[in-house]
Formats: sequence, C-alpha cells, structure tokens
Amino acid sequence: MEAVLRLTGVTKRFGALLANDAISLSLQRGEVLALLGENGAGKSTLVSIIFGHYVADAGSVDVFGATLPAGDPAAALAAGVGMVHQHFTLADNLTVLENVTLGTEPLWRMRSQIAAARARLTEISSRFGLAVHPDAPVGTLSVGERQRVEILKALYRGARILMLDEPTAVLTPQESERLFATLQQFVASGLAVIFISHKLDEVMAVADRIAVLRAGRLVADVARASTSKAELAIHMVGREIAPAPVRSQRPPGAVVLQLEDVHAAEAGQPPLRGASLSVARGEIVAIAGVAGNGQATLADLLFGLVHASSGSLRLHGVAYSESPRAVIVAGVARVPADRRGLGSIGELSLWENAAVERVRTRQFARAGVLRRAQMRAFGRDLVRRFDVRGPGLPDGSGLDAPAAQLSGGNLQKLILGRALSIERGAADAGRLIVADQPTWGLDVGAVAAIHARLIAAREAGDAVLVISEDLDEIFALADRIAVMNQGRIIETRAASQWTLAELGLAMAERRAA
Amino acid sequence: MGLAGDLVDILGSASFWVATLRIATPLIFGVLGVLLCERAGVLNLGIEGIMVAGAFAGWFTVHAGAGLWTGVAVAALVGACFGLVHGFLTVPLALSQHVAGLGVTLAATSLAYFAYRVAFPQLTEPPRIVPFAEMSWLASLPLLGMVLGAVTPLTLFALLLAPAIGWILYRTPLGLALRMVGENPAAAEGAGIDVTAMRIGAIVAGSALMGIAGSFLTLAAFNAFFFNMVNGRGWICVALVVFASWRPGKALLGALLFAAFDAGQLRLQQSGAGSQVPYQLWLMVPYLLSIAALVLVARKAAYPQALMKPYRKGER
Amino acid sequence: MRLEARDTVSRAAAIGAPLGAVAVTLAICAVLVRWAGAPVFASFGALLDGGFGSRFAVTETLTRATPLIFTGLAAAVAFRARFFNIGAEGQLYLGALAAVAVGAELGAVTGLPPVVSFIAMIVAAALAGSLWLAIAALLRTRLAVDEVVTTLLTNFVVLLFVSWMLDGPMKDPAAMGWPQSVSLPPELELTKLIERTRLHTGFAVALGCAVAMWAISKFTTFGFEARAVGANAQAARFAGIHVDATVIKTALLSGALAGLAGAVEVAGRTSYVTLDMSPGYGYAGIVVAMLAALHPLAVVPAAIFIAGMFVGADSMSRAVGVPTYIADVIVAVSLLAVLVATQLLRYRIRWR
Repeated sequence: MEAVLRLTGVTKRFGALLANDAISLSLQRGEVLALLGENGAGKSTLVSIIFGHYVADAGSVDVFGATLPAGDPAAALAAGVGMVHQHFTLADNLTVLENVTLGTEPLWRMRSQIAAARARLTEISSRFGLAVHPDAPVGTLSVGERQRVEILKALYRGARILMLDEPTAVLTPQESERLFATLQQFVASGLAVIFISHKLDEVMAVADRIAVLRAGRLVADVARASTSKAELAIHMVGREIAPAPVRSQRPPGAVVLQLEDVHAAEAGQPPLRGASLSVARGEIVAIAGVAGNGQATLADLLFGLVHASSGSLRLHGVAYSESPRAVIVAGVARVPADRRGLGSIGELSLWENAAVERVRTRQFARAGVLRRAQMRAFGRDLVRRFDVRGPGLPDGSGLDAPAAQLSGGNLQKLILGRALSIERGAADAGRLIVADQPTWGLDVGAVAAIHARLIAAREAGDAVLVISEDLDEIFALADRIAVMNQGRIIETRAASQWTLAELGLAMAERRAA
Repeated sequence: MGLAGDLVDILGSASFWVATLRIATPLIFGVLGVLLCERAGVLNLGIEGIMVAGAFAGWFTVHAGAGLWTGVAVAALVGACFGLVHGFLTVPLALSQHVAGLGVTLAATSLAYFAYRVAFPQLTEPPRIVPFAEMSWLASLPLLGMVLGAVTPLTLFALLLAPAIGWILYRTPLGLALRMVGENPAAAEGAGIDVTAMRIGAIVAGSALMGIAGSFLTLAAFNAFFFNMVNGRGWICVALVVFASWRPGKALLGALLFAAFDAGQLRLQQSGAGSQVPYQLWLMVPYLLSIAALVLVARKAAYPQALMKPYRKGER
Repeated sequence: MRLEARDTVSRAAAIGAPLGAVAVTLAICAVLVRWAGAPVFASFGALLDGGFGSRFAVTETLTRATPLIFTGLAAAVAFRARFFNIGAEGQLYLGALAAVAVGAELGAVTGLPPVVSFIAMIVAAALAGSLWLAIAALLRTRLAVDEVVTTLLTNFVVLLFVSWMLDGPMKDPAAMGWPQSVSLPPELELTKLIERTRLHTGFAVALGCAVAMWAISKFTTFGFEARAVGANAQAARFAGIHVDATVIKTALLSGALAGLAGAVEVAGRTSYVTLDMSPGYGYAGIVVAMLAALHPLAVVPAAIFIAGMFVGADSMSRAVGVPTYIADVIVAVSLLAVLVATQLLRYRIRWR
C-alpha cells in the first residue's frame, strides 16, 4: 500500500517553544491513524502545517507523492486534503449550503449553481450518512450537526484525506458513535483519515494505527492490535512523576467550599451538569480532566462571572457571592487561566495591576482619591515577595512599566501574589484559593515557584482548588484529585490512591449522559 | 378637518409618493453602500463626507460641461477613492474603524468645500446646472405611471439596484465570499479567499455608491451644490442599515418608509393642523425616527459576526 | 498584508513618526495651496503669522482654543473609557442655551447676587450636557445601542431645538429679527484676560479643567476605573469594577465638559446664543483629543495648534486668497497622518 500522505522531519517553533520536533510519519490509503497526546503535545500544530495554516521551519509534506507548497490552504484543498478544525470555522448567520459551497466556484461567475450544489450536497450527505438540512442557518444547529457540516465542507471539495482535530471533544456519546460509523464508511470507500484525540477509548475503538506525540516529539507509532490502553496512557504521559514535595500529613480542617449538584451554563462553553465537590482548610484539591468538560464554566462560576442556575454553592456555609466584587470581598483569591485577557490589564502599570482588585478599599483610597504612595508600596512589596522579574525591578522604574511587557511567568507571579495578598477572613476562617491552569505555558523555574506558593498556602491553613490539564502539576500539588467529565465530578480520591493509568482512564472515559 | 384628514389627503396624492421616491433615492444608494461595507465586516463612517464630496464632484463635472451621467460616474469615482483610503486605514493598518471613518468624513467634507471655494471664490449663490429631467415617457404606464413619470433616472436606478445587490449577495459566489468575510474571515481564509482584498473591494464599491448618493442631491433633487446640503443623511443611512438587518430588500423598504415619513412630515408642516407646531419639531422627526429604529432592533440585531473586528491573518 | 507587532521602538522612530505625519500633512496642503494658485511658502508664512505671529494673533488663537480645549477634554475623557461621544457639538449648544436661560432670568427673577447666578449658570450648562449624553449612555448600557450613531444624530436634533428656541421662547426682542437669544447681563460675562483683545478668563478656566481632568484620571478611583474599563473591560469586570456604572459616570463627565464649552463661549465671547456660534467645535474636539493621544494635558497644545490653523487660515485667505477651508483640510489630514504614524510605530506591515 502506498502512502497517501508522508511527513518527513517536520519541525516548527513558536518563539522559544518547540511545537514539533522532526516528526516523520506516513498515512496509508484506507487507514485511520490516530494522533494521540496531551494538551500542548503538538498535534494541532502538526495538522495545521499539513493543511497550510502554518509554515513548517523544516521538513516536507508529500500528498499522493507530490510535495505540498507550504502555507497554502488552497493548494492543500486542491491536493485532496480536508481538515475539520476543533474550533469550527462556520458562519452562524449563513446556511449549511452556503458554508459548504464557499470558495468552490470561481468568484466571477455571474450566477451560483445553487440547485446543482444542493443536489451534490444531498448526495454526499446521504452517501456518508451525514444528514443535514441544506437551508438551515448554521447558528441553529447543534454541535454535532455543525461538525457534520465541517466534514461535509471537506467531502464536498473531494477530499481524499480527512483530518479531524479532537472531533469528539464536544459530542455526546451517541453523536460520537455516529461519527465513528461515518469514519468507517469513509475508509471503506478509499479515503484515509487522521484523527486527533485524547480519548483512549475512542482511539482503541476506531484507529488502525496510533501515533503518540509528547512534548513535540513522536514517541510511538504502533498498530492498534499490538497495544493497549494502559500502554498508550504511559506513552502519552511518559515520565516518572517527580515525588511530591514534602508536606505535613495532618488531616484537613473545616470545609470551606461546598458544591452540591451545581448546574451552570455560559454561552459558548460546555456547562456544569450537576457538579459536587468540597474543599477543606489545609488541603489542595485538584480537578483533572480533558479540556472542554466544564472546567471553564466552573472557574467562571467561582470567579463570580457566572451564576449557578441550580444546586447549592457555599463558601464557609454561606451562599456564594454572585459578582466579582462580592467574591473578592468574601475573601476568595482568584488566579484565572487567561493571564493577559482576564487576569491583568496590559496597558496599566505593574503597581496598578497589583492594586486593581482593591481600588475602592480604605487601604488604597480615601474619599475617592487614590492613595498612590500606598499602592506603589504594595506593588513594590508584592514584586519583591513574589520574585517578579523584569527590567527596572524590583526597585527602579520597572514598577511603572505596562503589565503587557512582563513575561508570562512573571505576570503569573504578580497575579498570584495579588491573589494571595487577600487577607484571611474574620475569626481566621481560612481563605479559598481558586487557581485555573496556574502554570500553563510557563518555564520550569516559574512552575516550581508557583507550586511552592500554593503548597505554602495549604500549609498555612488555606483551602486550595486547582483546575489543571497538566497531570504532572496535579500529582505535584494535590492532596485529593477529582476528575471532571462532561460537566460533573465523576470520582474523587486521595492522590496517593490514584495510579497514572487509572487517572488517564477516568479522564478519557465516556459515560452515558 | 384636523390632522387625520390632512393625513388622508397627503397619502392619496401622487405628489406625495413622488416626493417620497425623491427623498428615498440618496438614502437607498447610501444604505446599500454602507450595507456592502458592513457585510464585509467594516464600519464606514466616512459616508457623510463621501456624500458631500460626491455631491460636489458630480455637480462640478456637469458645470464644467460634461453630461449628467458623466457627472454621476465622476462622483462614483471620487467616492471610490475615499473608500480606498478608508479601506487602507482599516484593513491592513487595522486602525479604529470609528476614528478612521470620522477622519475620512472630515477630510472629504473639507476638501469638497475647499475645492468649491477655489473654483468660485466670490460667489454667494452657486451656479445652477440643468439637472436630470423627469422620465415623462413612463407616464403612460398604468397605475404606477403617474408616479414613475415624475421621477428622474437615478431614482429608477436606485430601485433596480437594491434587488441587483440582493442577487449579487445571495446568488453569486462573489456575494457569498463577501458575506463570509464579514461573518467568519478565518473560514473564508480556509476556503482560499483573500480577506484583505475582499474587504477593501467591498469598501471601495460601497463608497462609490455613497458618492452616487451625494451626486443625486446636486444633479437631480436640487440643481446646485450648497454647504450643509447632506445634513446628516449619511448617519441616517448607518442607522437604517441596522434597522434593515443588513438585507438589501429590507434596506429598500426601510429607506422608502423613512422617506415617506419625511415627505409626510414636510407636508404636515404646511397643512392646517400641522402648521401650529414649530417647523423645527417636524424637521427633527427623521433623526428621532432613526434613533428609534436603532433602539428597536438593537437587542436582537444579527450583526455580521466579524463586523468591527480587524482580521489578523494567521491568528486562529 | 498583515500587521506584526514590533518588539522595540527605537528613540529615532518615536520622534520620526509624528514628524513624518506633520511632513505628510504639509505636503498635501502645499499641493492644495498651489492648486488655489497661491505661492506655497508665502502662504504657509501667512498661516503661521496669522495664527501666532503677533500679540493679536496669539490672543485670537487662544480665544478660539478655549472651547476646543473643553470639547477636546470631553472627547478625551470619553474615548479613554471607550465611550465614543460624538455629540459634543449638540451638548455645547445645550450648555449655551441653559447658561443663557438661567443667567438671563435668575438674577432678575430672584434678586440673588450675580455670583450665585453665575454659579447656577455654569452648573445648569454642565447638567444640560451631562443629562443629554446620559441618555445615549443608558441606551448603550441597558439596550446595547451603539453610542456613535445615536450621539451623531442627536447633534442635528439639538440644532433644530436651538433654532426653535431662538425663533420663539428665547428670542431676543431687541435683536431686530436676527435669530439670537436674549443676552446675558453684563455682570455675568467673563472678564478679559488681556485688555482690548477677545481673550477672556474662560481660557484660564479651560486650562484649569485640563489640569483637573488630568488629576481625576491620575489620582481618583473613578479615573483609575475609567482607564481600566477603556483598556480591557473584561479584565476590569473580573477585578470587581462595575463597568456599566463607570461608563455612565464617564458620559456624565464628558457631557458636562461639552456643556461647559457652550457656557464659556456665551459668557466669554458672544454673551448670547446664535445658531452659528460653533463652527464645528464639537467635531474638532475629537480631532484635538486624538492628536493629544487622549491625554488631558496634551489637549491644550493640540487645541492651540488647531485653533492656530483656523485663525491663521482666516488671515491667509485675506493675504493670498487661499480659501479658509484649508484649515479644515489640515486638521483632517493631520489626524489621519498621526493615526497612521502611531500605528506604524507599533506595528510593521508584512506583505504575505
């Protein structure tokens, strides 16, 4: 069997980050190849290079024997490569037919062949079992239906190689089953499929061959028949987990945060469908899970940006506040995932960012006038205590530099410092710290510093909740690990009672909704 | 007889409908122009200035001896040039679309007034030209003939342009590409379409229409160029586009409806009951209506999803 | 074509960019001057001389700059919080009307001393501008109606309202048929800063307001919140700032400043309201604010520059016959040039 697609030594850097490291891979006709790996392993980058959204720094991509010109989606399309993105590129206000036929006719034609297009779309959709209404506006479709439209976009253009990026991330189990059946039909009619996924179940169910990426490198390329879920889990995560830093073993104290069957929904995010959880003083609870299972909504709920629609959410036994200001006043220390978009205001200076959550408190303002000297002193103190580095810091003019100029790690230290500076409440009730992806995108040194702070907070009697997609981080920090899956917490155990393989399986498992 | 009686009189007269069409014509061109720009994802606040420049350019060309249609063509060209400036500022340079548009309006208006004064330094009364004649050859048509026979060719052009643009937008590949560029430029890019070229092209075409809208004022509605003759019509078009949900058919109806109110208001001013009210209050009606139209549709407006968002190629 | 952020901005580039903008503006205007048939250097000379070349010219320029400082501040305050107030022209006229309505009547009706009348007049003008803009602000926060077009359209409504007032209720019976309002009593007029010129204490008030706006932005919690909301409304909300309340407060302040522009013009220059008392100060204020990069203190030199252009153009047109509209062209082109230059400072254009 000749290879329909061959990658040779593909390498791609984004600044200092090596996203793909000399990857060589081939895809055979009639084969389903799964690309497996954790978040950030380089899978989406690789597929984007094949499709022409990115230009590789080194290496080549050959399709049906001919080398593809780099960075040219039109050429990839013409060569028969089709891509279904994880984040759909569909126009909500246009119909299915319009979204599918975009760009398939010469621009200067006087009249679109709408009837012929509709007939062709109907034929293809019935041939591959992808039912759609051609005239429905895409905005009215469910996620599963939208994905069908994305797939049809590729098939309509005569794609013979179909690449799907995390296709089941937001599908229900039934929709996923339907997708797998469709993929089997594809390969039966001579197409080849590349399928990016985290989910071991699916990969084992659907793929003929599995390629595992880790930190940008190809670490395994095996036939499905000759491997197992457990083996793949270890390839994915791969290294010895460093022993957790020494910490005291005393039992946790009073419960600080309590969620019971909480439902919450936010536009554009997967919802919480009855999450239950508790976090007590002196413990770190980590929420593990694949992205897209409701973590973002949970974070926004705890940050005060979203309301719970039902269920009970309590802080120190009192109903949780429903606005960011009230949450801050209630003494919750918050570290959001989006450092630059949510956690800081790039144009404002470091000391202004340090003080922004308290700008209406007596500490920093009197009768509407800012106490700038106090704010600057606070900022300087924060920068020193949390080792925020940058030009002119900690003493010089660096405090006035816009926050946008700080590196990711230093910005995160600033944000964490600001959060941890919240006073412990009255009667020493213990603080709640909520950290969402606290070390995403940071270098080893920054990661270690942030972890040390979180553990120190735990030692001091705070309740810490960490949401993370990084299993290393979870094992380094957690006393208890809860797995989030499809808007619920499906299992919580003490960290010492999870094995890596069990955790990977729980995260990847698909339960009936 | 009172206000109700006056209204019935007004609605029944052919001259009312003729006036409606005359008032609607520049609005139709303007609304379609804004529609093209916004459908491609760009707000063009240069419309007020471009209409002034088009009004001046068309009139000046005819005054210099050219034919009326040549004047319209020159106005369109002038509009297109300003559109190119706006397109360059907002698409590749990604400047604030509000500020760039206001800058273009200021520049176009001041250039037009400057050119006028250079050409006619001393005159207080602008020289008149012979405007478009009514199409009396249409008067023999049944039913509509009474009205159509009294309007000028540009009006007919406007009435036919709306469905033509509808056709282009909804039934040609070019129109689909334009709409996609305003909804999801990443999708357009993924389908091999050049987003920058498409957006600039839409702005240039839309601005040409805005120039024609201006030329109607000096070449048909009136017969000379006056200062402040555009008087906010450009802004009204921007409001009307939202009201029309960015659809050419609704845009045509919206412009006609609006013009009908304006024509009605003008007549009511002079009628028995209406003349009790100060004329300024009547003149406020169009502007207040536009604001009301905006308020009515704001919450559920189906904005082109990429409107006002500059597109950074390669950012996904 | 796309934009790519530059990593560093060299000192040379930071100076070169605005200079380049000025150069482009001058070049375009030189073309226009030639087209008008006048000699280029003599014309620019006449322009500068007319705006800044004599004691009289300077006082004229500063007088013209006074309302521009107010409308420039109004725009700067609003735009900093990403609230696009394009209605300063209308707010100015409403402020002027309110000032005359209160000033002309209050003293006569209640017998209060002029000081009280004066303060009441100023407050009325500020309130008039504030409340008018507050309508557009509420439309935005409650009903998500974009404020740009609403504020633009309300300018026309206000002008018609003023025309109605001047034709009727507020008409000056002694004005021999011209549509102008009753005058302010002389004790309420602003005194001159320099004898036998038109420069009045309103200029000093304008300077005071510029400093006050700078101080508010830098030293008060409201100023801080407004800057935060303008820079990143999402992050401001996350940090506990009430975004909607901040937008409304900003609108109230911006409208008040524009209303003050009208009051100061009436009290300082004209003493009554006419339909043409503002040759577009509201719109020019936006250009002032953009040239000043929204910085309150920089509004003053920007306003003086633009005022100088207008005053100089009057003089230039008398000297060499170039139409006065060249000032409007200079102002518009310099706005666009400065915007382009600033953008090119921060970004580079990549061709594919």
